[in-house]
Amino acid sequence: MIRYTLKRFLSLCISLAVASLLIFFVIEIAPGDPASFMLGINAQPDTVAALRAELGLDVPKFERYLAWTQGMLTGDFGMSYTYRTPISQMVADRLWVSLPLALFALALSTIIALPAGIYAAARRGKTGDVAVMSATQLGVAIPNFWFAMMLVLIFAIKLRWFAGGGFAGWDKGLGAVMWSLTLPAISLALPQAAILARVMRSALLDVMNEDFMRTARAKGLTTTQTLWKHGLRNALIPVLTIIGLQFSFLLAGGIIIEQVFYLPGLGRLVFQAISARDLIVVESVVMLLVFAVIVVNFAVDLAYATVDPRLRART
Amino acid sequence: MNRNLIIGLILSAIAILAALVSFIWTPFDHVAMNIPAKLQTPNLTHWFGTDHFGRDIFSMIMVGARTSIAVAFVAVGIGMGLGIPLGLWAAARKGSYVDELIMRANDLIFAFPSLVIAILITAIFGAGAVNAIIAIGIFNIPVFARVVRGAALPIWEREFILAARVAGKKAARISVEHILPNVLNLLIVQATIQFSLGILAEAALSYVGLGAQPPTPSWGRMLADAQTLVSIAPHLALIPGFAIIITVMGLNLMGDGLRDHLNPRTRVART
Repeated sequence: MIRYTLKRFLSLCISLAVASLLIFFVIEIAPGDPASFMLGINAQPDTVAALRAELGLDVPKFERYLAWTQGMLTGDFGMSYTYRTPISQMVADRLWVSLPLALFALALSTIIALPAGIYAAARRGKTGDVAVMSATQLGVAIPNFWFAMMLVLIFAIKLRWFAGGGFAGWDKGLGAVMWSLTLPAISLALPQAAILARVMRSALLDVMNEDFMRTARAKGLTTTQTLWKHGLRNALIPVLTIIGLQFSFLLAGGIIIEQVFYLPGLGRLVFQAISARDLIVVESVVMLLVFAVIVVNFAVDLAYATVDPRLRART
Repeated sequence: MNRNLIIGLILSAIAILAALVSFIWTPFDHVAMNIPAKLQTPNLTHWFGTDHFGRDIFSMIMVGARTSIAVAFVAVGIGMGLGIPLGLWAAARKGSYVDELIMRANDLIFAFPSLVIAILITAIFGAGAVNAIIAIGIFNIPVFARVVRGAALPIWEREFILAARVAGKKAARISVEHILPNVLNLLIVQATIQFSLGILAEAALSYVGLGAQPPTPSWGRMLADAQTLVSIAPHLALIPGFAIIITVMGLNLMGDGLRDHLNPRTRVART
């Protein structure tokens, strides 16, 4: 297990290093110099040069890359070009919106998907199964931002139960925050719930064909008992993997939903930074998201290997 | 043919037909504004109503189908064009340096949140259909590479491959002549799935203003335009949304149906 962990950790480090290189240089070759963009087209060349020096843009690219990655490792993401505030502070503020949103959506998706998947598997081939599977077909086909618009139309505009957008702010208390994140979380959770329900169903169906399930039935357990005692526990392994992967997806996938609901999260920060050519903010936020995905994948791999020793030998 | 496949084929055919017919005929000019006729609900003249500029939504949906399908189609093409050779190569050189490099690069692309990177690419290199295609296409490469490699590995162990090797065929030729035909079914299924994901991704990019630019209609941008008007004219948001859902669902059902249809085991089990 130690060998496996070390090997996975090494590949995690390589992935992070390559990802940081890619992100930095892809963004750096982008057309448009931040300094000239900030000063407008009528700026004098020496003013632009002065601003470039102030922002540290006159330093060679590779040195800037090293400084950026070193800063990242110590939690110092540098200064935003446009806001002139530390990026780590900006990111931390936005995370207080994006992180609860992702967690809320993940919880919703799990609460909806697991019972739905189990129900469908238990009723395989019957009306209940067909109904759940048709609903999941619809769930994966609906664009989440469109679903978000429909939720706003029904629950905010027509019924006036929720606000159509905006974030309550943590000073208003947890209840107000949850209330303002409810519609975004539902729209974000829907396609994920559909995927998860399908995974849950097929994982359970796979397990049901196993010999130990027949043995359990043979020793006198009822179908429901076998399902709960033996089936579910074994079927949960692939399901947990997907839940882990979905978290990072939800964190990144919130970008569009944040646009729909005008939520001041990481997604809106990226959009604002892109339009203001605040490259260092874009780089840092994207790197953070990639970091989250890679680390979650790593954790999922390790968890998986702990549960299923066969995997350690294979890789 | 199974039920999924038939429903999927019909739904996808509607979208493809709408796109094709739009080249020769639309009920109205999709860019022609007619302010006096703005925000009409669906009626006999304007089947799907009109938008805030009085443009005919039915015509815009038809031309929008063209954009969605073209972007997703080319993006899948990029994924297949690069992903399949890479996957075949990795499988032929299983366990070698090349295999390891290709698969690690794939893992890396998978680690990037695709939508974030697509947004980044289009934002940096300019919004537009071509950049949207590239952004979506890049993420299709590892998908196809992985599917091909996974399916090709067990085939390499088979006896007819051994026979081909004994006959003196090189790995590249075996890959094309023997491996590829045997993984084709899987690729067709995967292509329909990626196609539907491409349509969703194109809609999302257009929705945030990074896809096809005006005056080219696109379903995603129609939704973005509808956002501020949704309370007074819900049909502006409903219709493009339904267009996306029907197309994506059609492709997904077709993928599911094809998987069952092309797999001899499930086909026998069903009959």
